[in-house]
Amino acid sequence: MSIQSFRSTGMISIEELRKLKLIPPEERLKKGPVVIVECPEKIPCNICVDACPQNAITIKNINELPEIDWNKCTGCGTCVAYCPGLAIFVVDISKPNKAYVTVPHEFLPVPKLGDEVTVLSRDGTKLGKGKVVKIFERNRTWVITVEVPREFAMEVRAIWVEK
Amino acid sequence: MIGKCSSCFMKVNGIPNVRTCIEPVRDGIRVERQRGLPEIPPIANETNEAFEETFETDLLVIGGGPAGLTAALTAAEYGLNVTIVNEHFKLGGQLVKQTHKFFGSKELFGGLRGFQIAEHLSNKIVEKSNIKVLLQTVAYGIFRDNWIGLASMNKLYRVKARNVIISTGAAEQYLAFPGNDLPGVMGAGGAQTIMNEYGILPGKEVLVVGSGNVGLIVSYQLLQAGAKVKAILEIMPEIGGWFVHAAKVRRYGVPILTRHTIKDVWGDERVEGATIVRVNEEFQPIPGSERKVSCDLVLLAIGLTPDTRLFAQAGAIMTWIPELGGLVPLRTPYLETSIENVFVAGDSSGIEEATTAMIEGEIAALTAVLKTEGSIRDALERREKLLKFLWDEYRQSPLLARARAGKLKATVSEDEMRKLRTKFSR
Repeated sequence: MSIQSFRSTGMISIEELRKLKLIPPEERLKKGPVVIVECPEKIPCNICVDACPQNAITIKNINELPEIDWNKCTGCGTCVAYCPGLAIFVVDISKPNKAYVTVPHEFLPVPKLGDEVTVLSRDGTKLGKGKVVKIFERNRTWVITVEVPREFAMEVRAIWVEK
Repeated sequence: MIGKCSSCFMKVNGIPNVRTCIEPVRDGIRVERQRGLPEIPPIANETNEAFEETFETDLLVIGGGPAGLTAALTAAEYGLNVTIVNEHFKLGGQLVKQTHKFFGSKELFGGLRGFQIAEHLSNKIVEKSNIKVLLQTVAYGIFRDNWIGLASMNKLYRVKARNVIISTGAAEQYLAFPGNDLPGVMGAGGAQTIMNEYGILPGKEVLVVGSGNVGLIVSYQLLQAGAKVKAILEIMPEIGGWFVHAAKVRRYGVPILTRHTIKDVWGDERVEGATIVRVNEEFQPIPGSERKVSCDLVLLAIGLTPDTRLFAQAGAIMTWIPELGGLVPLRTPYLETSIENVFVAGDSSGIEEATTAMIEGEIAALTAVLKTEGSIRDALERREKLLKFLWDEYRQSPLLARARAGKLKATVSEDEMRKLRTKFSR
Protein backbone atom coordinates (compact mmCIF):
# COMPACT_ATOMS: atom_id res chain seq x y z
CA MET A 1 0.00 0.00 0.00
CA SER A 2 1.44 3.37 -0.96
CA ILE A 3 1.48 6.37 1.36
CA GLN A 4 -1.12 8.00 -0.88
CA SER A 5 -3.69 5.24 -0.38
CA PHE A 6 -6.01 7.56 1.55
CA ARG A 7 -6.50 9.40 -1.75
CA SER A 8 -8.34 6.42 -3.19
CA THR A 9 -10.09 5.11 -0.05
CA GLY A 10 -11.03 8.24 1.89
CA MET A 11 -9.62 6.56 5.00
CA ILE A 12 -6.25 7.10 6.62
CA SER A 13 -4.22 4.52 8.50
CA ILE A 14 -2.29 5.03 11.73
CA GLU A 15 0.94 4.26 9.79
CA GLU A 16 0.19 7.04 7.30
CA LEU A 17 -0.59 9.46 10.13
CA ARG A 18 2.58 8.46 11.99
CA LYS A 19 4.73 9.16 8.93
CA LEU A 20 3.21 12.66 8.84
CA LYS A 21 4.11 13.10 12.56
CA LEU A 22 0.44 13.38 13.47
CA ILE A 23 0.42 10.61 16.10
CA PRO A 24 1.72 11.50 19.56
CA PRO A 25 4.45 9.35 21.13
CA GLU A 26 3.22 6.40 23.21
CA GLU A 27 4.35 7.98 26.54
CA ARG A 28 2.33 11.12 25.79
CA LEU A 29 -0.76 9.10 24.87
CA LYS A 30 -0.60 7.31 28.23
CA LYS A 31 -0.46 10.61 30.15
CA GLY A 32 -3.95 11.81 29.21
CA PRO A 33 -6.12 13.40 26.50
CA VAL A 34 -4.29 14.56 23.38
CA VAL A 35 -5.24 15.50 19.82
CA ILE A 36 -4.99 13.32 16.75
CA VAL A 37 -5.09 15.64 13.71
CA GLU A 38 -6.09 13.58 10.66
CA CYS A 39 -5.13 16.27 8.16
CA PRO A 40 -2.69 14.75 5.64
CA GLU A 41 -3.03 17.24 2.77
CA LYS A 42 -1.68 20.74 2.42
CA ILE A 43 -5.00 22.59 2.56
CA PRO A 44 -4.55 26.39 2.67
CA CYS A 45 -5.96 26.63 6.19
CA ASN A 46 -4.77 27.51 9.70
CA ILE A 47 -7.98 27.77 11.73
CA CYS A 48 -6.72 25.28 14.35
CA VAL A 49 -3.71 27.49 15.13
CA ASP A 50 -5.96 30.37 16.24
CA ALA A 51 -8.45 28.03 17.91
CA CYS A 52 -5.95 26.41 20.30
CA PRO A 53 -6.03 28.10 23.75
CA GLN A 54 -2.65 26.51 24.60
CA ASN A 55 -0.85 27.65 21.42
CA ALA A 56 0.07 24.02 20.88
CA ILE A 57 -0.43 24.02 17.10
CA THR A 58 1.90 25.65 14.58
CA ILE A 59 1.46 25.96 10.82
CA LYS A 60 4.57 27.49 9.28
CA ASN A 61 2.87 28.93 6.22
CA ILE A 62 -0.80 28.50 5.39
CA ASN A 63 -0.11 25.47 3.19
CA GLU A 64 1.98 23.42 5.62
CA LEU A 65 0.62 20.58 7.73
CA PRO A 66 -0.06 21.35 11.40
CA GLU A 67 2.73 20.60 13.88
CA ILE A 68 1.60 19.75 17.36
CA ASP A 69 3.52 20.39 20.56
CA TRP A 70 2.34 17.30 22.44
CA ASN A 71 3.45 18.69 25.77
CA LYS A 72 1.41 21.87 25.41
CA CYS A 73 -1.74 20.10 24.17
CA THR A 74 -4.18 19.43 27.01
CA GLY A 75 -6.69 17.58 24.85
CA CYS A 76 -9.35 20.20 25.60
CA GLY A 77 -11.05 19.64 22.25
CA THR A 78 -11.49 23.29 21.26
CA CYS A 79 -9.79 22.63 17.90
CA VAL A 80 -12.17 19.69 17.32
CA ALA A 81 -15.01 22.20 17.23
CA TYR A 82 -13.27 24.72 14.99
CA CYS A 83 -11.52 22.54 12.37
CA PRO A 84 -13.43 23.20 9.11
CA GLY A 85 -12.44 19.73 7.86
CA LEU A 86 -13.82 18.02 10.99
CA ALA A 87 -10.48 16.24 10.95
CA ILE A 88 -9.41 16.58 14.60
CA PHE A 89 -10.11 14.08 17.38
CA VAL A 90 -9.00 13.72 21.00
CA VAL A 91 -7.94 10.37 22.43
CA ASP A 92 -7.44 9.60 26.13
CA ILE A 93 -6.02 6.22 27.14
CA SER A 94 -4.80 7.26 30.59
CA LYS A 95 -7.49 5.30 32.49
CA PRO A 96 -7.34 1.50 32.84
CA ASN A 97 -9.33 -0.60 30.34
CA LYS A 98 -11.29 2.36 29.00
CA ALA A 99 -10.57 4.87 26.28
CA TYR A 100 -12.20 8.25 25.76
CA VAL A 101 -12.56 9.48 22.20
CA THR A 102 -13.74 12.99 21.31
CA VAL A 103 -15.31 13.51 17.88
CA PRO A 104 -17.08 16.34 16.01
CA HIS A 105 -20.81 15.80 15.42
CA GLU A 106 -23.11 17.75 13.08
CA PHE A 107 -26.22 15.57 13.01
CA LEU A 108 -29.55 15.72 14.76
CA PRO A 109 -30.52 14.53 17.26
CA VAL A 110 -27.68 15.61 19.51
CA PRO A 111 -27.15 13.01 22.24
CA LYS A 112 -27.40 13.88 25.94
CA LEU A 113 -24.87 13.18 28.68
CA GLY A 114 -25.00 9.54 29.70
CA ASP A 115 -26.64 8.37 26.45
CA GLU A 116 -25.44 5.18 24.82
CA VAL A 117 -24.65 5.94 21.16
CA THR A 118 -23.37 3.85 18.28
CA VAL A 119 -19.67 4.40 17.61
CA LEU A 120 -18.35 4.26 14.04
CA SER A 121 -14.95 3.62 12.50
CA ARG A 122 -13.36 5.53 9.59
CA ASP A 123 -15.36 3.48 7.07
CA GLY A 124 -18.63 3.67 8.96
CA THR A 125 -18.40 0.21 10.55
CA LYS A 126 -20.52 0.03 13.69
CA LEU A 127 -17.97 -0.90 16.34
CA GLY A 128 -20.45 -1.05 19.19
CA LYS A 129 -21.81 1.34 21.81
CA GLY A 130 -20.17 4.19 23.67
CA LYS A 131 -21.35 6.28 26.63
CA VAL A 132 -21.46 10.06 26.16
CA VAL A 133 -19.43 11.69 28.95
CA LYS A 134 -18.91 15.26 27.68
CA ILE A 135 -20.64 17.59 25.20
CA PHE A 136 -20.06 21.15 24.03
CA GLU A 137 -20.93 23.15 20.93
CA ARG A 138 -19.36 25.89 18.79
CA ASN A 139 -21.13 27.30 15.73
CA ARG A 140 -23.33 24.23 15.30
CA THR A 141 -20.51 21.70 15.58
CA TRP A 142 -21.03 19.54 18.66
CA VAL A 143 -17.98 18.03 20.30
CA ILE A 144 -18.85 14.72 21.89
CA THR A 145 -16.66 12.57 24.12
CA VAL A 146 -17.55 8.89 24.37
CA GLU A 147 -16.27 6.17 26.67
CA VAL A 148 -15.35 3.09 24.63
CA PRO A 149 -13.36 -0.14 25.11
CA ARG A 150 -9.61 0.54 25.13
CA GLU A 151 -8.97 -1.30 21.85
CA PHE A 152 -11.19 1.18 19.95
CA ALA A 153 -9.19 4.29 20.93
CA MET A 154 -7.64 4.63 17.48
CA GLU A 155 -10.67 3.30 15.62
CA VAL A 156 -13.71 5.32 16.75
CA ARG A 157 -14.04 8.46 14.62
CA ALA A 158 -17.78 9.25 14.66
CA ILE A 159 -20.92 8.64 16.65
CA TRP A 160 -24.43 7.94 15.46
CA VAL A 161 -27.61 8.37 17.45
CA GLU A 162 -30.03 5.59 16.46
CA LYS A 163 -33.45 7.05 15.71
CA MET B 1 -31.44 25.11 -9.99
CA ILE B 2 -28.58 27.49 -9.42
CA GLY B 3 -30.28 30.17 -11.46
CA LYS B 4 -28.39 29.39 -14.64
CA CYS B 5 -30.34 26.92 -16.77
CA SER B 6 -33.89 26.88 -18.11
CA SER B 7 -35.01 23.60 -16.48
CA CYS B 8 -37.37 25.34 -14.08
CA PHE B 9 -39.06 27.80 -16.49
CA MET B 10 -42.71 28.31 -15.53
CA LYS B 11 -45.38 30.93 -15.96
CA VAL B 12 -45.57 33.15 -12.89
CA ASN B 13 -48.45 35.63 -12.61
CA GLY B 14 -48.92 35.32 -16.36
CA ILE B 15 -45.29 36.03 -17.21
CA PRO B 16 -43.63 33.13 -19.06
CA ASN B 17 -40.05 31.86 -18.85
CA VAL B 18 -39.60 32.73 -15.17
CA ARG B 19 -36.83 30.77 -13.44
CA THR B 20 -38.82 29.44 -10.54
CA CYS B 21 -35.70 28.33 -8.67
CA ILE B 22 -34.90 31.98 -7.96
CA GLU B 23 -38.44 33.35 -7.76
CA PRO B 24 -39.62 34.09 -4.20
CA VAL B 25 -43.01 32.76 -3.13
CA ARG B 26 -45.47 35.49 -2.12
CA ASP B 27 -49.15 35.76 -1.25
CA GLY B 28 -51.44 35.24 -4.20
CA ILE B 29 -48.66 34.08 -6.55
CA ARG B 30 -49.96 32.11 -9.55
CA VAL B 31 -47.54 29.48 -10.88
CA GLU B 32 -48.50 27.55 -14.00
CA ARG B 33 -46.86 24.90 -16.15
CA GLN B 34 -45.75 26.07 -19.57
CA ARG B 35 -46.83 23.99 -22.54
CA GLY B 36 -45.31 24.79 -25.89
CA LEU B 37 -44.25 28.31 -26.72
CA PRO B 38 -45.81 30.87 -24.41
CA GLU B 39 -47.72 33.91 -25.59
CA ILE B 40 -45.73 37.11 -25.61
CA PRO B 41 -46.63 38.83 -22.34
CA PRO B 42 -48.39 42.20 -22.40
CA ILE B 43 -46.34 45.24 -21.46
CA ALA B 44 -47.44 45.54 -17.88
CA ASN B 45 -46.03 47.87 -15.34
CA GLU B 46 -46.99 46.62 -11.89
CA THR B 47 -45.59 49.63 -10.10
CA ASN B 48 -45.93 53.34 -10.67
CA GLU B 49 -42.22 53.72 -11.27
CA ALA B 50 -40.90 54.69 -14.66
CA PHE B 51 -40.53 51.77 -17.05
CA GLU B 52 -37.05 52.85 -18.07
CA GLU B 53 -34.26 54.45 -16.14
CA THR B 54 -30.86 55.77 -17.12
CA PHE B 55 -28.11 56.28 -14.59
CA GLU B 56 -24.36 56.55 -14.24
CA THR B 57 -22.09 54.68 -11.88
CA ASP B 58 -18.36 54.54 -11.17
CA LEU B 59 -18.43 50.76 -10.94
CA LEU B 60 -21.03 48.26 -12.06
CA VAL B 61 -20.58 44.82 -10.48
CA ILE B 62 -22.44 42.09 -12.36
CA GLY B 63 -23.06 39.13 -10.03
CA GLY B 64 -23.35 39.36 -6.25
CA GLY B 65 -21.45 36.25 -5.16
CA PRO B 66 -18.26 36.22 -3.05
CA ALA B 67 -16.19 37.95 -5.77
CA GLY B 68 -18.79 40.61 -6.59
CA LEU B 69 -19.64 41.49 -3.00
CA THR B 70 -15.99 41.81 -1.99
CA ALA B 71 -15.33 43.93 -5.09
CA ALA B 72 -18.24 46.27 -4.30
CA LEU B 73 -17.18 46.69 -0.67
CA THR B 74 -13.56 47.39 -1.63
CA ALA B 75 -14.45 49.99 -4.25
CA ALA B 76 -16.98 51.65 -1.92
CA GLU B 77 -14.25 52.02 0.72
CA TYR B 78 -12.37 54.32 -1.68
CA GLY B 79 -15.46 56.42 -2.32
CA LEU B 80 -16.52 54.97 -5.66
CA ASN B 81 -20.21 54.99 -6.42
CA VAL B 82 -21.02 51.30 -6.91
CA THR B 83 -23.98 49.39 -8.36
CA ILE B 84 -24.41 45.61 -7.91
CA VAL B 85 -26.69 43.68 -10.24
CA ASN B 86 -27.82 40.29 -8.95
CA GLU B 87 -30.04 37.73 -10.70
CA HIS B 88 -31.13 36.08 -7.44
CA PHE B 89 -33.42 37.80 -4.91
CA LYS B 90 -30.71 37.33 -2.30
CA LEU B 91 -27.05 38.38 -2.36
CA GLY B 92 -24.28 35.85 -1.80
CA GLY B 93 -24.22 33.66 -4.91
CA GLN B 94 -23.43 30.02 -4.16
CA LEU B 95 -22.38 30.95 -0.60
CA VAL B 96 -26.01 31.05 0.52
CA LYS B 97 -26.36 27.28 0.11
CA GLN B 98 -23.06 26.28 1.67
CA THR B 99 -23.65 24.98 5.18
CA HIS B 100 -20.13 23.63 5.74
CA LYS B 101 -17.35 25.61 7.37
CA PHE B 102 -14.80 27.18 5.07
CA PHE B 103 -11.07 26.59 5.19
CA GLY B 104 -8.57 29.44 5.17
CA SER B 105 -7.48 31.81 7.88
CA LYS B 106 -9.51 33.99 10.24
CA GLU B 107 -8.90 37.04 8.02
CA LEU B 108 -10.39 35.20 5.02
CA PHE B 109 -13.54 34.13 6.93
CA GLY B 110 -12.11 30.63 7.49
CA GLY B 111 -14.13 28.70 10.08
CA LEU B 112 -17.39 30.43 9.15
CA ARG B 113 -20.06 28.55 7.24
CA GLY B 114 -20.70 29.69 3.65
CA PHE B 115 -24.13 31.19 4.36
CA GLN B 116 -22.64 33.06 7.33
CA ILE B 117 -20.03 34.64 5.04
CA ALA B 118 -22.85 35.65 2.68
CA GLU B 119 -24.77 37.23 5.57
CA HIS B 120 -21.69 39.05 6.81
CA LEU B 121 -20.87 40.51 3.37
CA SER B 122 -24.53 41.37 2.59
CA ASN B 123 -24.91 43.19 5.91
CA LYS B 124 -21.82 45.26 5.16
CA ILE B 125 -23.16 46.08 1.68
CA VAL B 126 -26.44 47.38 3.13
CA GLU B 127 -24.53 49.70 5.48
CA LYS B 128 -22.74 51.43 2.60
CA SER B 129 -24.66 54.42 1.28
CA ASN B 130 -22.60 54.49 -1.93
CA ILE B 131 -23.58 50.93 -2.98
CA LYS B 132 -26.82 50.51 -4.89
CA VAL B 133 -28.17 46.95 -5.12
CA LEU B 134 -30.46 45.80 -7.94
CA LEU B 135 -31.86 42.36 -7.10
CA GLN B 136 -33.64 40.05 -9.57
CA THR B 137 -31.98 41.99 -12.33
CA VAL B 138 -29.84 40.73 -15.20
CA ALA B 139 -27.24 42.45 -17.35
CA TYR B 140 -28.14 41.52 -20.91
CA GLY B 141 -25.51 43.32 -22.93
CA ILE B 142 -22.50 45.58 -23.05
CA PHE B 143 -22.66 48.36 -25.63
CA ARG B 144 -20.40 51.03 -27.09
CA ASP B 145 -19.09 53.86 -24.88
CA ASN B 146 -19.48 51.89 -21.62
CA TRP B 147 -23.26 51.52 -21.81
CA ILE B 148 -24.69 48.40 -20.20
CA GLY B 149 -28.27 47.18 -20.52
CA LEU B 150 -30.01 45.77 -17.44
CA ALA B 151 -33.45 44.23 -17.13
CA SER B 152 -35.51 43.49 -14.05
CA MET B 153 -39.02 42.06 -14.01
CA ASN B 154 -40.68 45.43 -14.55
CA LYS B 155 -37.96 47.85 -15.50
CA LEU B 156 -35.20 48.38 -18.02
CA TYR B 157 -32.03 50.23 -17.13
CA ARG B 158 -29.40 51.88 -19.26
CA VAL B 159 -26.26 52.31 -17.22
CA LYS B 160 -23.17 54.25 -18.11
CA ALA B 161 -20.42 52.65 -16.04
CA ARG B 162 -16.85 53.88 -15.80
CA ASN B 163 -15.79 50.38 -14.76
CA VAL B 164 -17.47 46.98 -14.94
CA ILE B 165 -16.55 43.89 -12.92
CA ILE B 166 -18.12 40.74 -14.33
CA SER B 167 -18.37 38.15 -11.56
CA THR B 168 -21.13 35.98 -12.96
CA GLY B 169 -19.89 32.69 -11.54
CA ALA B 170 -20.38 29.37 -13.26
CA ALA B 171 -22.92 26.82 -14.41
CA GLU B 172 -22.93 23.09 -13.68
CA GLN B 173 -21.86 20.62 -16.33
CA TYR B 174 -24.13 17.83 -17.47
CA LEU B 175 -23.44 14.27 -18.53
CA ALA B 176 -25.02 12.35 -21.42
CA PHE B 177 -26.59 8.98 -20.52
CA PRO B 178 -29.98 7.36 -21.18
CA GLY B 179 -32.58 8.65 -18.76
CA ASN B 180 -30.71 11.82 -17.79
CA ASP B 181 -33.85 13.86 -18.52
CA LEU B 182 -35.97 12.05 -15.91
CA PRO B 183 -37.12 14.13 -12.96
CA GLY B 184 -34.75 13.24 -10.14
CA VAL B 185 -31.58 13.74 -12.16
CA MET B 186 -30.10 17.12 -11.34
CA GLY B 187 -26.94 19.04 -10.67
CA ALA B 188 -25.48 18.87 -7.16
CA GLY B 189 -25.87 22.64 -6.87
CA GLY B 190 -29.56 22.26 -7.71
CA ALA B 191 -30.00 19.81 -4.85
CA GLN B 192 -28.21 22.24 -2.53
CA THR B 193 -30.62 24.99 -3.57
CA ILE B 194 -33.69 22.87 -2.84
CA MET B 195 -32.31 21.39 0.36
CA ASN B 196 -30.18 24.06 1.99
CA GLU B 197 -31.86 27.21 0.74
CA TYR B 198 -35.50 26.14 0.68
CA GLY B 199 -35.50 23.32 3.24
CA ILE B 200 -36.94 20.56 1.04
CA LEU B 201 -35.33 17.11 0.85
CA PRO B 202 -34.83 16.42 -2.88
CA GLY B 203 -34.63 12.63 -2.49
CA LYS B 204 -34.38 9.81 0.05
CA GLU B 205 -31.91 7.47 -1.66
CA VAL B 206 -29.21 9.21 -3.60
CA LEU B 207 -26.50 8.31 -6.08
CA VAL B 208 -23.85 11.00 -6.53
CA VAL B 209 -21.75 11.11 -9.70
CA GLY B 210 -18.39 12.78 -9.14
CA SER B 211 -16.18 12.86 -6.03
CA GLY B 212 -14.82 16.38 -6.28
CA ASN B 213 -15.39 18.66 -3.31
CA VAL B 214 -18.90 19.52 -4.56
CA GLY B 215 -19.91 15.84 -4.74
CA LEU B 216 -18.40 15.07 -1.34
CA ILE B 217 -19.92 18.13 0.36
CA VAL B 218 -23.41 17.62 -1.08
CA SER B 219 -23.26 13.98 0.09
CA TYR B 220 -22.46 15.09 3.64
CA GLN B 221 -25.29 17.63 3.55
CA LEU B 222 -27.71 14.94 2.28
CA LEU B 223 -26.75 12.72 5.23
CA GLN B 224 -27.36 15.64 7.59
CA ALA B 225 -30.78 16.19 6.01
CA GLY B 226 -31.68 12.54 6.62
CA ALA B 227 -31.17 11.05 3.15
CA LYS B 228 -29.23 7.86 2.45
CA VAL B 229 -26.31 8.25 0.06
CA LYS B 230 -26.03 4.90 -1.74
CA ALA B 231 -22.65 5.67 -3.32
CA ILE B 232 -20.43 8.33 -4.78
CA LEU B 233 -19.04 7.36 -8.20
CA GLU B 234 -15.64 8.50 -9.40
CA ILE B 235 -14.35 7.60 -12.87
CA MET B 236 -10.71 8.31 -11.90
CA PRO B 237 -8.62 5.92 -9.77
CA GLU B 238 -8.46 8.49 -6.98
CA ILE B 239 -11.01 10.61 -5.14
CA GLY B 240 -11.33 14.01 -6.80
CA GLY B 241 -11.88 16.21 -3.76
CA TRP B 242 -9.91 16.81 -0.59
CA PHE B 243 -9.29 13.91 1.77
CA VAL B 244 -10.95 15.55 4.78
CA HIS B 245 -14.23 15.99 2.87
CA ALA B 246 -14.06 12.34 1.75
CA ALA B 247 -13.32 11.14 5.30
CA LYS B 248 -16.42 12.99 6.56
CA VAL B 249 -18.76 10.85 4.43
CA ARG B 250 -16.78 7.61 4.71
CA ARG B 251 -17.23 7.69 8.52
CA TYR B 252 -20.97 7.39 8.03
CA GLY B 253 -20.56 4.43 5.69
CA VAL B 254 -20.92 6.13 2.29
CA PRO B 255 -18.93 4.11 -0.29
CA ILE B 256 -16.80 6.07 -2.75
CA LEU B 257 -16.46 3.85 -5.81
CA THR B 258 -13.40 4.87 -7.81
CA ARG B 259 -13.08 3.73 -11.46
CA HIS B 260 -16.89 3.73 -11.69
CA THR B 261 -19.36 5.68 -13.77
CA ILE B 262 -23.09 5.82 -14.45
CA LYS B 263 -24.46 3.86 -17.42
CA ASP B 264 -28.13 4.76 -17.38
CA VAL B 265 -31.03 5.82 -15.22
CA TRP B 266 -34.47 4.28 -15.38
CA GLY B 267 -37.90 4.93 -13.94
CA ASP B 268 -41.55 5.46 -14.75
CA GLU B 269 -42.08 9.25 -14.78
CA ARG B 270 -39.19 9.76 -12.32
CA VAL B 271 -35.92 8.17 -11.24
CA GLU B 272 -36.30 4.72 -9.69
CA GLY B 273 -32.79 3.42 -10.15
CA ALA B 274 -29.50 3.59 -12.00
CA THR B 275 -27.01 1.20 -13.54
CA ILE B 276 -23.42 1.77 -12.50
CA VAL B 277 -20.41 0.24 -14.21
CA ARG B 278 -16.69 -0.13 -13.60
CA VAL B 279 -14.29 1.39 -16.13
CA ASN B 280 -10.89 0.26 -17.42
CA GLU B 281 -7.64 2.25 -17.72
CA GLU B 282 -9.06 4.02 -20.79
CA PHE B 283 -12.23 4.97 -18.86
CA GLN B 284 -14.27 2.56 -20.99
CA PRO B 285 -17.04 0.54 -19.29
CA ILE B 286 -16.03 -3.05 -18.48
CA PRO B 287 -18.76 -5.35 -19.88
CA GLY B 288 -20.30 -7.56 -17.22
CA SER B 289 -19.40 -5.22 -14.36
CA GLU B 290 -22.79 -3.47 -14.37
CA ARG B 291 -24.70 -3.20 -11.10
CA LYS B 292 -28.18 -1.89 -10.45
CA VAL B 293 -28.69 0.63 -7.66
CA SER B 294 -32.18 1.67 -6.56
CA CYS B 295 -32.41 5.39 -5.89
CA ASP B 296 -34.79 8.30 -6.36
CA LEU B 297 -32.18 11.03 -6.90
CA VAL B 298 -29.10 11.11 -9.11
CA LEU B 299 -26.83 14.10 -8.59
CA LEU B 300 -24.26 15.19 -11.13
CA ALA B 301 -21.21 16.76 -9.53
CA ILE B 302 -18.84 16.50 -12.46
CA GLY B 303 -17.63 20.05 -12.73
CA LEU B 304 -18.49 23.62 -13.56
CA THR B 305 -18.15 25.87 -16.60
CA PRO B 306 -17.43 29.59 -16.17
CA ASP B 307 -20.38 31.80 -17.10
CA THR B 308 -18.61 34.07 -19.58
CA ARG B 309 -21.44 34.91 -21.98
CA LEU B 310 -21.19 38.66 -21.29
CA PHE B 311 -17.47 38.70 -22.10
CA ALA B 312 -18.11 36.84 -25.33
CA GLN B 313 -20.97 39.19 -26.24
CA ALA B 314 -18.76 42.19 -25.54
CA GLY B 315 -16.04 40.78 -27.79
CA ALA B 316 -13.38 40.25 -25.13
CA ILE B 317 -10.43 38.07 -26.16
CA MET B 318 -11.24 34.61 -24.86
CA THR B 319 -9.09 31.54 -24.35
CA TRP B 320 -9.98 27.88 -23.82
CA ILE B 321 -8.36 26.53 -20.67
CA PRO B 322 -9.37 23.00 -19.60
CA GLU B 323 -7.96 23.53 -16.08
CA LEU B 324 -10.41 26.40 -15.61
CA GLY B 325 -13.48 24.62 -16.97
CA GLY B 326 -13.57 26.06 -20.51
CA LEU B 327 -13.67 29.43 -22.19
CA VAL B 328 -12.46 32.37 -20.08
CA PRO B 329 -11.44 35.96 -20.84
CA LEU B 330 -7.76 36.73 -21.14
CA ARG B 331 -6.75 39.13 -18.36
CA THR B 332 -3.87 41.11 -16.93
CA PRO B 333 -2.49 40.24 -13.48
CA TYR B 334 -4.75 43.07 -12.25
CA LEU B 335 -7.78 41.27 -13.74
CA GLU B 336 -8.57 43.74 -16.53
CA THR B 337 -9.78 42.04 -19.72
CA SER B 338 -8.98 43.04 -23.30
CA ILE B 339 -11.87 45.50 -23.04
CA GLU B 340 -10.53 48.42 -21.08
CA ASN B 341 -12.20 49.02 -17.72
CA VAL B 342 -13.99 45.66 -17.90
CA PHE B 343 -12.67 43.29 -15.24
CA VAL B 344 -13.19 39.66 -14.30
CA ALA B 345 -13.25 38.06 -10.84
CA GLY B 346 -14.34 34.79 -9.26
CA ASP B 347 -15.44 31.62 -11.04
CA SER B 348 -16.21 33.50 -14.29
CA SER B 349 -12.43 33.97 -14.52
CA GLY B 350 -11.97 30.18 -14.21
CA ILE B 351 -13.31 27.65 -11.71
CA GLU B 352 -11.51 27.87 -8.39
CA GLU B 353 -13.16 28.45 -4.99
CA ALA B 354 -14.78 31.11 -2.80
CA THR B 355 -11.68 32.36 -0.98
CA THR B 356 -9.75 33.06 -4.17
CA ALA B 357 -12.93 34.57 -5.64
CA MET B 358 -13.02 37.09 -2.80
CA ILE B 359 -9.33 37.92 -3.25
CA GLU B 360 -9.84 38.36 -7.01
CA GLY B 361 -12.83 40.61 -6.36
CA GLU B 362 -10.69 42.80 -4.14
CA ILE B 363 -7.85 42.97 -6.69
CA ALA B 364 -10.22 43.85 -9.57
CA ALA B 365 -11.91 46.54 -7.47
CA LEU B 366 -8.56 48.06 -6.44
CA THR B 367 -7.58 48.22 -10.12
CA ALA B 368 -10.85 49.99 -10.92
CA VAL B 369 -10.18 52.41 -8.04
CA LEU B 370 -6.65 53.12 -9.27
CA LYS B 371 -7.85 53.71 -12.84
CA THR B 372 -10.62 56.02 -11.66
CA GLU B 373 -8.99 57.94 -8.83
CA GLY B 374 -5.40 57.89 -10.03
CA SER B 375 -2.49 56.50 -8.06
CA ILE B 376 -3.53 56.02 -4.44
CA ARG B 377 -0.60 54.65 -2.48
CA ASP B 378 -2.68 52.66 -0.05
CA ALA B 379 -4.66 50.98 -2.84
CA LEU B 380 -1.49 50.17 -4.77
CA GLU B 381 0.21 48.64 -1.73
CA ARG B 382 -2.90 46.69 -0.81
CA ARG B 383 -3.17 45.28 -4.33
CA GLU B 384 0.52 44.25 -4.39
CA LYS B 385 0.14 42.51 -1.04
CA LEU B 386 -2.95 40.63 -2.22
CA LEU B 387 -1.31 39.54 -5.47
CA LYS B 388 1.70 38.27 -3.58
CA PHE B 389 -0.46 36.38 -1.09
CA LEU B 390 -2.69 34.91 -3.82
CA TRP B 391 0.06 33.67 -6.14
CA ASP B 392 3.01 33.05 -3.80
CA GLU B 393 1.17 31.71 -0.77
CA TYR B 394 -2.45 30.65 -1.06
CA ARG B 395 -2.33 29.17 -4.56
CA GLN B 396 0.92 27.35 -3.71
CA SER B 397 -1.15 24.63 -2.06
CA PRO B 398 -0.66 21.42 -4.06
CA LEU B 399 -4.45 21.06 -3.88
CA LEU B 400 -4.87 24.24 -5.93
CA ALA B 401 -2.06 23.48 -8.40
CA ARG B 402 -4.36 22.74 -11.34
CA ALA B 403 -6.39 25.92 -10.96
CA ARG B 404 -3.18 27.92 -10.41
CA ALA B 405 -1.70 26.58 -13.65
CA GLY B 406 -4.92 27.48 -15.49
CA LYS B 407 -5.08 31.00 -14.09
CA LEU B 408 -1.43 31.51 -15.00
CA LYS B 409 -2.19 30.52 -18.61
CA ALA B 410 -5.11 32.98 -18.76
CA THR B 411 -2.98 35.88 -17.55
CA VAL B 412 -0.88 38.15 -19.79
CA SER B 413 1.22 41.19 -18.85
CA GLU B 414 -0.23 44.68 -19.26
CA ASP B 415 2.22 45.27 -22.15
CA GLU B 416 1.08 42.11 -23.90
CA MET B 417 -2.56 43.07 -23.37
CA ARG B 418 -1.93 46.50 -24.97
CA LYS B 419 -0.42 44.79 -28.03
CA LEU B 420 -3.36 42.39 -28.28
CA ARG B 421 -5.84 45.24 -28.02
CA THR B 422 -4.19 47.01 -30.96
CA LYS B 423 -4.02 43.80 -32.96
CA PHE B 424 -7.66 42.92 -32.45
CA SER B 425 -9.16 46.41 -32.50
CA ARG B 426 -11.63 46.89 -35.32
